[in-house]
Amino acid sequence: MSASEMWNIFLMQGFAGLSLFSVLLLMGLGLAIIFGQMGVINMAHGEFMTIGAYTIFMLSSLTETYAPTLTPYYFFVAIIVAFILAFAVGWMAEWALIRHLYRRPLDTLLATWGLSLGMQQIFRSTFGAKEVSPTLPEWLLGSWAPAEGLDIPINGMFVMGLTLLVTAGVFLMLYRSRWGLRVRATVSNRTMANAIGINTKKTDRMTFAIGCGIAGVAGAAFTTIGSTGPTSGSLYIVDAFLVVTFGGAASLLGTVASAFGIAQTQSISEFFLTGSMAKVLTLLTIITILMIRPQGLFALKVRR
Amino acid sequence: MDKLKKWLGTSDMAGIVVLALVVFVVLPGTVDIFRLNLVGKYLTYAFVAVGLVMLWGYGGILSLGQGVFFGLGGYCMAMFLKLEASDPISTKIQSTPGIPDFMDWNQITQLPIWWEPFRSLPFAILALLLVPTILAFIVGFAMFKRRVGGVYFAIITQAVALVLSVLIIGQQGYTGGVNGITDLKTMLGWDIRTDSAKYILYFANAVLLFGAIFACRAVQRSKLGTLLLAMRDKEDRVRFSGYDVANFKVFVFCLAAMLCGLGGAMFALQVGFMSPSFVGIVPSIEMVIFAAVGGRMSLVGAVYGTLLVNFGKTYFSETFPQLWLFLMAALFIGVVLAFPNGIAGLYESYVKPWLLKSKAPRDTGAPTAQVTPEATPATPPRTSAAPARALDSAPSGKQPDGVGPAVA
Repeated sequence: MSASEMWNIFLMQGFAGLSLFSVLLLMGLGLAIIFGQMGVINMAHGEFMTIGAYTIFMLSSLTETYAPTLTPYYFFVAIIVAFILAFAVGWMAEWALIRHLYRRPLDTLLATWGLSLGMQQIFRSTFGAKEVSPTLPEWLLGSWAPAEGLDIPINGMFVMGLTLLVTAGVFLMLYRSRWGLRVRATVSNRTMANAIGINTKKTDRMTFAIGCGIAGVAGAAFTTIGSTGPTSGSLYIVDAFLVVTFGGAASLLGTVASAFGIAQTQSISEFFLTGSMAKVLTLLTIITILMIRPQGLFALKVRR
Repeated sequence: MDKLKKWLGTSDMAGIVVLALVVFVVLPGTVDIFRLNLVGKYLTYAFVAVGLVMLWGYGGILSLGQGVFFGLGGYCMAMFLKLEASDPISTKIQSTPGIPDFMDWNQITQLPIWWEPFRSLPFAILALLLVPTILAFIVGFAMFKRRVGGVYFAIITQAVALVLSVLIIGQQGYTGGVNGITDLKTMLGWDIRTDSAKYILYFANAVLLFGAIFACRAVQRSKLGTLLLAMRDKEDRVRFSGYDVANFKVFVFCLAAMLCGLGGAMFALQVGFMSPSFVGIVPSIEMVIFAAVGGRMSLVGAVYGTLLVNFGKTYFSETFPQLWLFLMAALFIGVVLAFPNGIAGLYESYVKPWLLKSKAPRDTGAPTAQVTPEATPATPPRTSAAPARALDSAPSGKQPDGVGPAVA
């Protein structure tokens, strides 16, 4: 094997790691807001992703039937629609269910698990039990080959770009907007935030809905990589929680760092082991580290 | 009749006796062996639910990884049975006779060294009790000593469940993969597939379950049980009183794990196979709902809850498969929002007062006077004198992490 081939393998392997990193980060971002900031254990997070994925599927079939000429462009609109739909469902879920349970995190866990079961059955009844994939625009397919023997898949790059965009958006919203200020105030001291005139109930609902919306965007992005079924969401949920917990629950930077660490561990060990053993190894590493350092990588330094 | 009613209403043994009647007399007398075997299968889940009552209801620790312990116990038993089923004569068509069939399919030519000890039944029994307990001890010790609790504990146990199920599915040659360990035939030469064996196993399982209930009841009524409740409600105060909270938590986690292991082993014996579908995240959470539906504070209620949810599951997935998940969703949400104490809570607040009330006019020295029919679900009438009961009813909605049977 020549040196350039080795280099190519190294580059592609690195890209695979980065691609997994963006997937994990995108999964974790919505949860970092809902679980990290609000402390709500949303077991239905995966299903909110699935909402996004099915939105893309619906819009792609609609575009194909009614406006085939728009096929190259529908994806951008669809992502926004995915956000709006997941946001709306999240808003309703908060109103109907979550707001009664803020003081009982373990019960939230059970209730949202119930919610996720119900949503799965709705997906199954609406879209069928079979996995579906949307017709993707031409430009998302294929791969980019900057050099001989080096193939970088375009959908991977797209997901990466989107992740970058969403992460930047979340950072801006949390640290540079009024809403972010209110969220952070509510998280660090709810009573005080209430006392200075922040409507914490409204903030909670908005925060939960935005987290769900981001999950919708994540689900939309994942349609470019794999197909969607009614239970796809449940595949992501443990990974998403581990990313957020491992990073340190209240730290967005921690979420980014932990997604990076987990993705690299997984993709490097996948190079040497089988896929399932790599997963086991990665999870065991995370569990061990969490046992030694339960507060995660980046702990928020506050007096409690 | 009135005496019976009063006894039913006041004695906390009554619930256990009624359950024993149902399990030992009513069910075997009315249903055929196929259904009875099904009930037996559900009763193995009841071990998990009883363990969860101790762990979650009393200890305030929610584990989403009970399937792990159930699976480990089941696999220990299944490995023994599988080795007995794959003697060289009945497996002579394999390229390597004398090893389990799935190993042969996966081109393994020699029994792995860690399978060897499972040729002996005493070792298998010891393993099915100790392997889950030791794993629970390691996980529990590492986490509770560092004061990890609540949500984080739930998430990490869930990750453990994922790890074990991925591991079992991935290591097909050693564990049987997705199909699990199937075709279990005999135990020490005794065919476990015949109807008479199924009857015997059903009763053995029921006896063990009642043993587990009595053991847990003994723990609840001891000082340890009171401490567990105190810890659940105000952990810091127990710690400041000089108790090492972590040790109690580790103990109750190990106890629950051991019960799960026992349940898993009985499952393998009665159903005749063990597969990773009882290990992962989904079954582990379903097991929590068994305890929640029955009432997270009631050992007897947990058994009823398990039976009810599983009957429902079997009935609905046979007749209206579409509806089952919706019903399950409604169960999860309803039990959290409306009935935090499950069936047992409903019984305490509606049936019990009725049992006592209808007697009241004739009995003037009313021990029933304190019973208010309109009691909230979280407040059982304080007719029993056990000290633990008084703590039961302490409304815990105020505590910050709200692990108890809180009421909105």
